[in-house]
Amino acid sequence: MNAQAYNFAYLDEQTKRMIRRAILKGLAIPGYQVPFASREMPMPYGWGTGGVQVTAACLVPEDKLKVIDQGADDTTNAVSIRKFFEKTAGVEVTEATGEASLIQTRHRIPEQDLSKDQILVYQVPIPEPLRFLEPRETETRKMHELEEYGLMHVKLYEDISRHGEISTSYAYPVKVEGRYIMDPSPIPKFDNPKLSDSSAIQLFGAGREQRIYALPPYTDVQSLDFEDYPFEVSKAPHDCDLCGAKDTYLDEVITDDAGSRMYVCSDTDFCSTRRQNGHVGRLGTPVSSEVA
Amino acid sequence: MNMHKTAGGGFKDAPVEAARSFRILMNAMARPGSISQLDAIEPPDPLSPAAGTALLTLADPTTPVFLAGAADTETARNWVAFHIGAPIIEPSDLRSFAGRGRPPGEVFAVGAWADLRGHLEALPIGRPDYPDRSATLIADLPTIANSGAKLSGPGIRAIEALSLPETEVFQENNARFPLGFDVFFTSGSLVAALPRSTRVEAA
Repeated sequence: MNAQAYNFAYLDEQTKRMIRRAILKGLAIPGYQVPFASREMPMPYGWGTGGVQVTAACLVPEDKLKVIDQGADDTTNAVSIRKFFEKTAGVEVTEATGEASLIQTRHRIPEQDLSKDQILVYQVPIPEPLRFLEPRETETRKMHELEEYGLMHVKLYEDISRHGEISTSYAYPVKVEGRYIMDPSPIPKFDNPKLSDSSAIQLFGAGREQRIYALPPYTDVQSLDFEDYPFEVSKAPHDCDLCGAKDTYLDEVITDDAGSRMYVCSDTDFCSTRRQNGHVGRLGTPVSSEVA
Repeated sequence: MNMHKTAGGGFKDAPVEAARSFRILMNAMARPGSISQLDAIEPPDPLSPAAGTALLTLADPTTPVFLAGAADTETARNWVAFHIGAPIIEPSDLRSFAGRGRPPGEVFAVGAWADLRGHLEALPIGRPDYPDRSATLIADLPTIANSGAKLSGPGIRAIEALSLPETEVFQENNARFPLGFDVFFTSGSLVAALPRSTRVEAA
């Protein structure tokens, strides 16, 4: 189909205004989930319709868009969303974190520190951090209103009493500026420290659940914990087998049916940039020796 | 008299100009106190280019617009009716939006800060369960500069300075967080934001 058949960035202007107003209120009340009239998008719920709508409302023609899915630029979700905006907004796309002005992400924060000129848009499946503890929206809304977050601490406490540690390893709840408890989307808790005091604007969109929330730059975001069980980041105790990085979040890849496995950076751009720069991991080969 | 100037213009290429204008407004709201240029359109007097662009970017038939004091002219009302289609609310109507019962949507209050000042008590500040259902002020000032009152809070790395017309009213607005109104200050082609989350200290 001819891309000219679409309005710029797919959505109609009134829808974009409605989303933009929600984004501004979200930025003014960090961590609070602003309801919005989520539209049907030409992709199913669960494929990032919330993030896509937020991205569509933010894009300008000068943007360079990067889309990642679990850190990777080359998976189906990332490729299709990137193509969607190439076609409907005519924006340039990139895989390089440093070059992108807007990054839409599913379940990771890029390893490379973001700059003040960048916007990070998260795809969120369940925006309500209390939802699995209290299914009723009327009740969770009241809990946010009254700052009644005891239930969340009971949940973390039960983790400790059962497993000896807080076993929540992703979508780890955070408190924003000492007020709202917020779901950081299913990022690994390894990424949680990067939420706080970031230079970039962070926007969260949940399409099916019809919520938008936001973190302005330099916002205080604390992962919930206890004095005697402080929050700890976790990752596989390995180095990246391709680039040798010691401090990145790793994916485990099974390589045969005899139990062999390798660990590789989940952030593909970060890993390939390191390899370009000559870093070689345990199972890696120098980039120069690879056949194109 | 130039009729075009009197009637005020709209976006020439709405999707793109609105997108660029929103990015400026979003950056302003995300970084309270930072001053940017915003003048995609020429609104009718007495609206400044920044105030007019902000209103045209954000308001539509679902968001009532309140034109305060000197901004409430027939030309301005006609411009809002033609380019935005937003219902105009009278000062006496404001109470009904702030009241209980029917959940109020967002209200845009536009005008000189001095004219808006007297209506702050009547503007919706959201409800404890829906703090987002609150007014956004587009307040014109004679000048804006990065001097004067000290700002801190989300979006501000250390301390930012902004020439606020006064401080106490914004301290009160911040004290009732998460309730409150959010302000875009405009002056000519310049815009800066002061959300309710910002802590304000007199210089």
